[in-house]
Amino acid sequence: MEEFFQQLTNGLAVGGIYALIALGYTMVYGVLKLINFAHGDLFTLGAYLGLTLLTSLGLSGHLGAVLGLVVLALMVTGFVGIAGALLERAAYRPLRDSHRLSAVVSALGASIFLQNTIMLIYGAKNYVYPLEILPRTAIHIFGLPVPLVRILILSASLLLMAGLYLFIQKTRLGTAIRASAIDQGAAKLMGINVNQVIMIVFLIGPGLGGVAGLMVGLYYGQVNFTMGWVYGLKAFTAAILGGIGNIPGAMVGGLLLGVIEALGAAYISIAWKDAIAFCVLIVILIVRPTGILGERVADKI
Amino acid sequence: MSLLSIRNLTKRFGGLTAVNKVSFDVGEGAIVGLIGPNGAGKTTVFNLITGNYQADEGDILFSGTSIKGLRTNKIVSLGVARTFQTIRLFQKLSVLENVLAGRHCRMKAGLVAGMLKTPFEKKEEREALAFCQEELAFVGLKGQESMVAGSLSYGNQRLLEIARALATGPRLLILDEPAGGMNEQETEALVGLIGRIKERGLTILLIEHDMSLVMRACEHLVVLEYGCKIAEGTPEIVKNDPKVIEAYLGAD
Amino acid sequence: MINEKNKLCAFAAFSLILATAPLYLNSYWVDVLNSVGLYAILALSLNIILGDAGLYNMGHAAFFAVGAYTAAYLNTQFGLPILWALPVSGIVAGLAGLLVARPVVHLRGDYLLIVTVGVGEILRIALINDVFGLTGGPNGIFGIDRPVLFGFKIRKPQEFFYLIWGFVAVTIFLFYRLKNSRFGRALDYLREDMTAAEGSGIDTGRYQLYAFMVGAAWAGMAGTLYASKMSIISPESFSFWESVVIFIIVILGGSGNIAGVLLGTFLIIGLPELFRGFANARMWFFGLAMMIMMIFRTEGILPHRPRVFKSLDRQRP
Repeated sequence: MEEFFQQLTNGLAVGGIYALIALGYTMVYGVLKLINFAHGDLFTLGAYLGLTLLTSLGLSGHLGAVLGLVVLALMVTGFVGIAGALLERAAYRPLRDSHRLSAVVSALGASIFLQNTIMLIYGAKNYVYPLEILPRTAIHIFGLPVPLVRILILSASLLLMAGLYLFIQKTRLGTAIRASAIDQGAAKLMGINVNQVIMIVFLIGPGLGGVAGLMVGLYYGQVNFTMGWVYGLKAFTAAILGGIGNIPGAMVGGLLLGVIEALGAAYISIAWKDAIAFCVLIVILIVRPTGILGERVADKI
Repeated sequence: MSLLSIRNLTKRFGGLTAVNKVSFDVGEGAIVGLIGPNGAGKTTVFNLITGNYQADEGDILFSGTSIKGLRTNKIVSLGVARTFQTIRLFQKLSVLENVLAGRHCRMKAGLVAGMLKTPFEKKEEREALAFCQEELAFVGLKGQESMVAGSLSYGNQRLLEIARALATGPRLLILDEPAGGMNEQETEALVGLIGRIKERGLTILLIEHDMSLVMRACEHLVVLEYGCKIAEGTPEIVKNDPKVIEAYLGAD
Repeated sequence: MINEKNKLCAFAAFSLILATAPLYLNSYWVDVLNSVGLYAILALSLNIILGDAGLYNMGHAAFFAVGAYTAAYLNTQFGLPILWALPVSGIVAGLAGLLVARPVVHLRGDYLLIVTVGVGEILRIALINDVFGLTGGPNGIFGIDRPVLFGFKIRKPQEFFYLIWGFVAVTIFLFYRLKNSRFGRALDYLREDMTAAEGSGIDTGRYQLYAFMVGAAWAGMAGTLYASKMSIISPESFSFWESVVIFIIVILGGSGNIAGVLLGTFLIIGLPELFRGFANARMWFFGLAMMIMMIFRTEGILPHRPRVFKSLDRQRP
């Protein structure tokens, strides 16, 4: 039972991270109907930037652990968000009216470009995050010990998700984003500045992805320039699982995938852990392409 | 026996009943027009016949057998060919390649024959090429084989679509607004073409808004409004039917 | 007509230069050309799926792997000579193509792409985990025989050169013929407009499967050649990046156009060899090139061209 609980909480914590990354995919897909293949690399960028800022600015030293982390998170969100907006401007906007495949290829190119830029700057080996930042203690829930870090990570993810949800549902800008996702043409006619909406989406989505990168760095202690590839694919699976284009769907999908993966690794085989996400992806696309909460994905005549 | 038999055909899209218990027959060798104001469900009926949509109720009989639920390409090979309301040519391919697409289902050569260029394959290709060129000449596009389809004038693109449909060797030809975008001369030529198609032994079912074409080309009309059949008969009868007049012009 | 003749001359000249290459290039460069040759086969096979049929497949390395491992297994376990394993690996890979495509080929573009990526990864993980005890795990399979042609054992790069490029030549010949056949046209129609193709009487679903099978089969045969050249194969050679490289070659070279794909292969595999110093930044350049290409020249270097029907020209006065 304890084993199960450990895996469950681990899965939720990782799932929260998947969810944050998945949100980036889903929001971009919602407004542009494009899979931003470079998103995983923006996540990686967040992890590396976080590391650089952390070590060079010594934030935790100056501001104390909690405040230092918050400021760090904000900075990472900001920088990666800007990177996302620049990416949209350079690689996607010129192809807005072109054939679908062009945008796909460009997105792939951007992914390769970003990933290798990180490699050329930082090198190919793993980088280590300072481990003293996060507490290594465990707290007890239902009498079972759970690492505090997990709770913190999960809470932070849930907080961000809640914030995003409120933003999308309750603010004017959020409504504009939802409107643009449903029908860009109609949104334009209603006076919504769609270009601005798209830019905002590319600030928020990658921003969240960047924070997720920071969290992964802090949680696992290690980053590598290829990490965006696997995380990206899994987060994309999570987005599809919940229903691509559907924001609550991405959240649900992320958490669910995290748990499925953790339990699968523990009870089936750890060697096939990464394959689990891919299997889920393929099965979902074949059996229920609309995902749990829904969007049409298959084209029949 | 009629070549095409529509029986109580019904199609709903969510809350909207686009086609409501429509029934009519198309006799072999006839030229039948399906008319009605915009939104009456005419193209939907066509899409149901050709398998692009699946009917909710009713049946479609072609030459006595039901074709309801069959895939589009199967229906084509059975002998029902169509043109599209919004032209659906392979814009970037040549005129000849477009017509050859229609000939595909009457040819047999597969992957291996194609790679090895067997004598059978070569003969089949020659014959297909000749056949398609004849169809092009028949619709009036002789000599344009190598032109890119998208570069043709609108009227000629419509003719090309007809040539492609004819290349499938159909018994029933379904034309969806074949005169759309055509000027008077082109429409005149089209009436002649429809006559010549009938002379070849084909049956024609068409949708058209151009009343002059409808009145001259069709022998029999079926009128739809809001998904229901409101009138049927020769052009003369239908023209004077008060229900039809009201549908097009509105009540007084 | 003059254009046709010029092209033929250029092609002949190029072929001559290439065919005599082992006589004036050292072993290292001949081996580079061998790599180019193998990638050419892979790219041409992907071209049928991606360029002709328009199906986004970014897991093509999986079929390459299936072929390579099939040949390696049959050769090391049963002693089947490599050249006999060639058609067998082709068939097995073709079946793998059918298996993969059948449930997913109807998916919309980018989703099919992701699924093929997933399939590629699952296969690679399966290879590493030594599934069914067949694959030798992370170390792969070693001790694969060299090909023996009429009693002559092919061993040196120069000898492999003629085997590989001979295969490339046959591939080009057959694929060119295929393009100008009913099958080839069907792929074009379903790529251009599926609804119109269905409406013209073409069974689009079936042809999509065929395209996958042919492409997969050829990649499988390339795998056999690769296995016998390297004598050792391991999962690393069949990673996602290989699929990406092949994908890039087809897209940038000019999808659908055989000459374009060949040109693309030379540029993408051969050119970096001339700039060895920048090896690290090779992928970086690829990424940049992809983005720039899409903005300025979507069709690739050599775009698709409508067919010329020779019999037509003969009839005109």
